[in-house]
Amino acid sequence: MKFVDEYRDAAGVRRLAEAIRREQRRPWTIMEVCGGQTHAIVRFGLDDLLPPGLTLVHGPGCPVCVTPVELIDKAVALARRPEVIFCSFGDMLRVPGSKEDLLSVKAAGGDVRMVYSPLDALALARRHPERQVVFFAVGFETTAPANALAVLQARRQGLKNFSMLVSHVRVPPAIEALLSSPENRVQGFLAAGHVCTVMGMAEYEPLTARFGVPIVVTGFEPLDILQGVWQCVRQLERGEARVENAYARAVRPEGNRPAQQMMWEVFEVVDRTWRGLGRIPASGLGLRSAFAEFDAERRFDLPVDAVREDGECISGLVLQGRKRPVECPAFGTRCTPEHPLGATMVSSEGACAAYYRYRRSTPAVPA
Amino acid sequence: MDAEGRLELRSSMSDVVQGGVVCPVPIHRYEQVLLAHGGGGRLMHRLLEEVFFPAFDNPALAARHDGAFLQVGAERLAFSTDAYVVRPLFFPGGDIGTLAVNGTVNDLAMCGARPMALAAAFVLEEGLPLATLERVVQSMRAAAAAVGVPLVTGDTKVVDRGRADGLYVTTTGLGRVRSDLELGPARVQPGDRILINGDVGRHGMAIMAVREGLAFESTLTSDCAPLVEPVFRLLDAGIPVHCLRDLTRGGLASALVEIAETTGLDLVVDEAAVPVSEEVQGACEILGLDPLHVANEGRFIAFVAESDAEQALALLRQAAPDLPATLIGQVRGPGEGRVTLRSRIGAARVLDMFSGEQLPRIC
Repeated sequence: MKFVDEYRDAAGVRRLAEAIRREQRRPWTIMEVCGGQTHAIVRFGLDDLLPPGLTLVHGPGCPVCVTPVELIDKAVALARRPEVIFCSFGDMLRVPGSKEDLLSVKAAGGDVRMVYSPLDALALARRHPERQVVFFAVGFETTAPANALAVLQARRQGLKNFSMLVSHVRVPPAIEALLSSPENRVQGFLAAGHVCTVMGMAEYEPLTARFGVPIVVTGFEPLDILQGVWQCVRQLERGEARVENAYARAVRPEGNRPAQQMMWEVFEVVDRTWRGLGRIPASGLGLRSAFAEFDAERRFDLPVDAVREDGECISGLVLQGRKRPVECPAFGTRCTPEHPLGATMVSSEGACAAYYRYRRSTPAVPA
Repeated sequence: MDAEGRLELRSSMSDVVQGGVVCPVPIHRYEQVLLAHGGGGRLMHRLLEEVFFPAFDNPALAARHDGAFLQVGAERLAFSTDAYVVRPLFFPGGDIGTLAVNGTVNDLAMCGARPMALAAAFVLEEGLPLATLERVVQSMRAAAAAVGVPLVTGDTKVVDRGRADGLYVTTTGLGRVRSDLELGPARVQPGDRILINGDVGRHGMAIMAVREGLAFESTLTSDCAPLVEPVFRLLDAGIPVHCLRDLTRGGLASALVEIAETTGLDLVVDEAAVPVSEEVQGACEILGLDPLHVANEGRFIAFVAESDAEQALALLRQAAPDLPATLIGQVRGPGEGRVTLRSRIGAARVLDMFSGEQLPRIC
């Protein structure tokens, strides 16, 4: 298939893997930020092609995985209300809250709909003026412009029955958080290409300067990922720390300006709690006060208890790249996609789900 | 970010480290039936294992085949039933009527049986346009005529408006098994080659393309078709087929994993050999789905001895010259009952069933 096959070409993959082997002299640890990249790496077995001294660790870039349990509980509470049609992307439906997931609410009679775009939720609101339509706005900067567009359209159309439960997160503060941790061992990053398609590369410059780590904007196909790894290793070996673009077919340095404008018109930077990482300042997006009427948390009274999360799951360490899924004692036994102990086992982009699906027999890799 | 912000961050990160405070409370067992229990993946298999198999335990059921084998005097019969609840009722390439006939006919074909007779039960929702019902019934008539099987008995019930999705159909079929034939997972041997009769994923993606909330433009049509002809090409040519399995919900992956788990044999499948059309591949890329997990209604896999594989492949291609029948893998020795997929770039990974429903991802 055009635009797919050429980036999965076996000969090209071998050439790039060889180039990485030639480049690499010292051991390095590189984190791919995005869960989509993690899945491609594990699905295609890309890490098997890398030299032994080069370690890829998996980052926190799975929006489903990092959505805090309190917010899932709020989604569940909303979906239970008889007047609400609760709309969500598919892979949020199975993420466990403190007691249940959205699929269970649906089975118990809640009106939960899987949509593929916030505009579908908007269309539902127009069709059902007697109901309250709530859209679960989850995701990184990638999905924020489309969600902003939905809010702008709702205002233009004068819709009074549309709102959003917002759980947007931003990549740069998460990278900063990881690098600020005393336990950090990541020496270079592959940044998520689709996030940069929207946001451009400028946000990452201060991070490379302050922490002295290379950040390479990277795509999602096998050749894209190996290209990103190669550029990252080359910088590390030369002692450089720059933002580089290994995904130029999709990413311009300035990003997508109209998308950014729309996003900043509707959203502002807020602090946010990440499942597994804790509270990270300035790491989220929330609706501006001018759009408060579309904020489901303000429209509905949502009493949700603070949740103490279970101790056995190590998804926090997995999301920080400090443990691999197979190092968890519950992995594949007490924790499976059918009975997930943590969100990293639920989401199709979660690192534990990727390992479970593709890699169950692989032994633990020492850190 | 200012210094205060970083401080706050550090303390929250070290909380995580010391306490390991990260995990949601597990949902160990669902109290209700979820849609995912019908998805053809792990959850559905668990439902079968925990609820149905223990309740009805008997040798015919325990064979875990697409239908049951019954000995009636000197005659061996195959017996199978299936319920159809597709939405929308009409989709590109078929409708609930063609599905209901072909689905049961195919379950019989997977037993190596020619269909002799069908029964059909209809659950109709109050308010269903009669024209819709007539259209479905005409589809069933045409599909049954195409394989020469009479529909000999049936039943109709009507339920209140809102209690059914327009129309549900259940079909049951009886077929005559070739007398010389032993088919089933138990006959699969190490060294067997695995054949498929065409490309995968058409039915699931054709349905998804027209489903509410997910509509996208495509020219995809369902692969819904009877499999009697290709199966009997193999059997009539005297190929000692070891096992047949049609690919329905859960796709090729579920069929392979079921066989591997039932037999305890390891299977190796070459991902690049599995035929996938550009349209299906493209739609799957957009939605983040794997074509190997997507439903089919006119595809099957056959397990045959290595020495018969080339002839079997030639016969399948003769039966349907338009379809890319191909060899996709091989049975290895006894092992852990696992399916390994060799990826396009040469790496190996485990192929698993899907857990519940296939859910399109966020980004």
